[in-house]
Amino acid sequence: MTVSRLPASLRALPRHVRPIPFWMTAVVSLAAILVLTPLASLALDALKGDPDLWPHLAANVLPASLKDTALLLAGVAALAGSIGVVSAWLVTAHRFPGRDALRWLLPLPLAMPTYITAYIYVEIFDAAGPVQMGLRGLVGWTSRGDYWFPEIRSLPGCILVMSVVLYPYVYIAARAMFLTQSASMIEVARTLSAGPFRLFRVIALPLARPALAVGLALALLEALNDIGASEYLGVRTLTVSVFTTWLNRGSLPGAAQIAWLMLTVVILLVALERYGRRDRRYAVPTRRPRVAQPIRLPGPAGWVAAAACALPVLMGFVLPLGFLVREVLRRDWVGLLLDSSFLGHLATTLTVSTVATAVTLSLGIVTVAASRLSRSPLMNVAKAVTGLGYAIPGTVLALGLLTPLAFVDNGLGNFWRAATGERLGLLIMGSTAGIVIAYLIRFLPIAVGSLSAGLDRVSPGLEDAGRILGASPRELIWKVQLPLIRPALAGAALLIFVDCIKELSATLLLRPLNVETLATLIYGNAARGYFEDGSLAALVIVLIGILPVIQLVRSAETPRRTASPSGS
Amino acid sequence: MHFRVPVSDAERRTGMHLEDQHMSIRFGKIALLASAGLMLASAAPALAQEINLYTYREPGLIKPLLDEFTKETKIKVNTIFLSSGLEERIKAEGANSPADVILTVDIGRLQNAKDLGITQPIKLEALDKAIPATYRDPEGHWYGVSTRGRVVYASKDRVKLDKLTYEELADPKWKGKICIRSGQHLYNVSLIAAVIAHKGEAKAEEWLKGLKANLAKKPSGGDREQAKDILAGVCDIAIGNTYYVALMRNGTNAEQKTWGEAINVVLPTFEGGGTHVNISGVALAKNAPNKADALKFIEFMASDTAQHIHADVNSEYPVKNGIQLNETVASFGQLKPDSLPIAEIAKQRKKASELVDKVGFDQ
Repeated sequence: MTVSRLPASLRALPRHVRPIPFWMTAVVSLAAILVLTPLASLALDALKGDPDLWPHLAANVLPASLKDTALLLAGVAALAGSIGVVSAWLVTAHRFPGRDALRWLLPLPLAMPTYITAYIYVEIFDAAGPVQMGLRGLVGWTSRGDYWFPEIRSLPGCILVMSVVLYPYVYIAARAMFLTQSASMIEVARTLSAGPFRLFRVIALPLARPALAVGLALALLEALNDIGASEYLGVRTLTVSVFTTWLNRGSLPGAAQIAWLMLTVVILLVALERYGRRDRRYAVPTRRPRVAQPIRLPGPAGWVAAAACALPVLMGFVLPLGFLVREVLRRDWVGLLLDSSFLGHLATTLTVSTVATAVTLSLGIVTVAASRLSRSPLMNVAKAVTGLGYAIPGTVLALGLLTPLAFVDNGLGNFWRAATGERLGLLIMGSTAGIVIAYLIRFLPIAVGSLSAGLDRVSPGLEDAGRILGASPRELIWKVQLPLIRPALAGAALLIFVDCIKELSATLLLRPLNVETLATLIYGNAARGYFEDGSLAALVIVLIGILPVIQLVRSAETPRRTASPSGS
Repeated sequence: MHFRVPVSDAERRTGMHLEDQHMSIRFGKIALLASAGLMLASAAPALAQEINLYTYREPGLIKPLLDEFTKETKIKVNTIFLSSGLEERIKAEGANSPADVILTVDIGRLQNAKDLGITQPIKLEALDKAIPATYRDPEGHWYGVSTRGRVVYASKDRVKLDKLTYEELADPKWKGKICIRSGQHLYNVSLIAAVIAHKGEAKAEEWLKGLKANLAKKPSGGDREQAKDILAGVCDIAIGNTYYVALMRNGTNAEQKTWGEAINVVLPTFEGGGTHVNISGVALAKNAPNKADALKFIEFMASDTAQHIHADVNSEYPVKNGIQLNETVASFGQLKPDSLPIAEIAKQRKKASELVDKVGFDQ
């Protein structure tokens, strides 16, 4: 009933291009230009490229790093995808011991940055870590050569580390899909006496496909963008290659070329995903969907389900959190916490992330509203453009931003000098504005994506009704659209906020003098070889990351009321 | 390409309260105010005497140096620590860049800064007197302030070794016994560049292949992790920098102490040469807004006080003669630095980095 294929003729029904106010067009165009600026700057750099470089890259660098990248992505897709979908299905359609707690716990690894997890996993599972040393003591092995143990600093290790913290992207999307879409189908299947496995295969998996695609797209981009974890675990991805090409060969053009190659790969991936679900439209029916009654898994089956859901939580959250807590407690953590410089860095992190979230959301709202209300090709193109930023790794983005930001800064500075005779310094690069701009570009796709997903589920009839009643576009946004997509808005805000707090590479490159965020603090400690000294900062990042996750879960998990003022 | 997080109907249904909406508007306003304040605060012009230091060395490592400088001169040091792209950033910032002094590790980066045209030559007699010619740019664009050897860590339990050449590291007798961090790490790139400078590219490639064949595992981690791997029995010898050993043994981290204690340091040499050393160094930014104070800082770095801190706190080798070494570092034995000029090695870095890819060193 809810998954419907609209005939093409109906979908293509022409709609009038509606005018939107000039300010909206201006703001959206500005957003698109902002996103295109670093890409254009990188493209210019790439064009400068030295021709000697490509034969070397093609012969010695790209084959290996393309292979590693492909294997990493495939591995994370398989592992994080399975964990996410299976756990979401288990807790949604079944009752088993611990299920209520697990519904809350499963999304928590979202709060755990990949680079922090990688460091911790090496500490724990490396040859000299407690696990292997403990085993040696137990069994009596004396040297690493006496036994086999999986190497954590390896491609499989990297896949594991990334999967256990990235699966919540899939889990959250899949669970939301199961909750809203499947009640009647599940019940019909059950009355036809389909067993739990058959249900999963026939109902859950096909239903989860769009959610899987969405969640995986996010998770894989995180994996692709990551540089901390893969470099530390010895995996040479494309991102790492961009880095070494730029640094060791002093070749910004070369790095820009690889970055563009990477971007092409990402665009192809996403296009493929789009193509895969081209004919499917999912709409929320005007009547509220019921949630299927979960069935009880008896005895051993229930315990197996509980274990299957608990394991990812243990690995992606409890274990790394436990490590951080232990390291923090081993130190004078009260003193460290009250240290004024730590509090200062904490305040910086929170302020910058809050500002970036607010700006990103505002721009996202205008972009989505403009594209929906006007339906003009220009606005749709602009909206599509704003989606590019997430695919650019932080380092590359920062690299592309350096020149344009400095250009604006120097223009302002020269103007100021001409006008007043004084030295202004750098207004954007000299302040946290540079980081905020980078966050904005990088995370705008989250805002635009979630908001338009939210709006897609709202019948355009509501807006048409508003228009007939004489509402202006501004009123339509404030009084019709925003109230209807509040949960989407909250969800996007949380994701963006946490991502800002975790962001490392662009922050490192663009932050002004004397400014540190918690992420750069951790990086500094790790760079000195004392990752554990950054435990407090890491713990705080994780704890801040938990709060939004909890709220996200709460809004998805609280018992529904039968009637709601916001009913669609 | 947009990423849609499907919004559950449940979410949609719950959070709709009027207060929340007010909250979010208020939240937006506060955020806006805060951002304005923050930008103003960080863009505020310099009041007292201060210099802006762009550093590749983590501020925690150089804090004793900076504190001492501020104590002596009353000049405040603002820092930005970057792990990469510092030169590109200064170049992009252009004429209005706040950068006064660039402090880096690794010869390649100093040379790169000069090549990018973001430095200016210094003429200070005291500096030229304090720092040997091998460790500074002939035109005065950069000055080395400390050195560190790239040496061999050997297991105390399993290896009896007094001396070794870099060439021997490629000898099959070490097959499966050597650990090292990524070949693309700048310390290794410089070492390989030194090999190229000594033996030419073809011989260097052969050597690197031999070394690769001797590795116990794929390159990963940092220098300390290699000592850790020796302790864990993954390999018998490893390649790392001298100061890490002192930092591990004398640091507060009990675990790292055991890594440091598990190894002996052997100072390898090139056949007919010395031990490969790398430098940390300073350069004066081309558009330094506080040039006079910046020069004071650079001069300070070559002073006895600063050189002593380099040696004692950071466990490096001072570039200036007559400064006492840290006890642990002194216990490694007499360092005989390679006589090849640092600037010559820097020229081979690009080739070295390409060689690492070519032999698949990190694969």
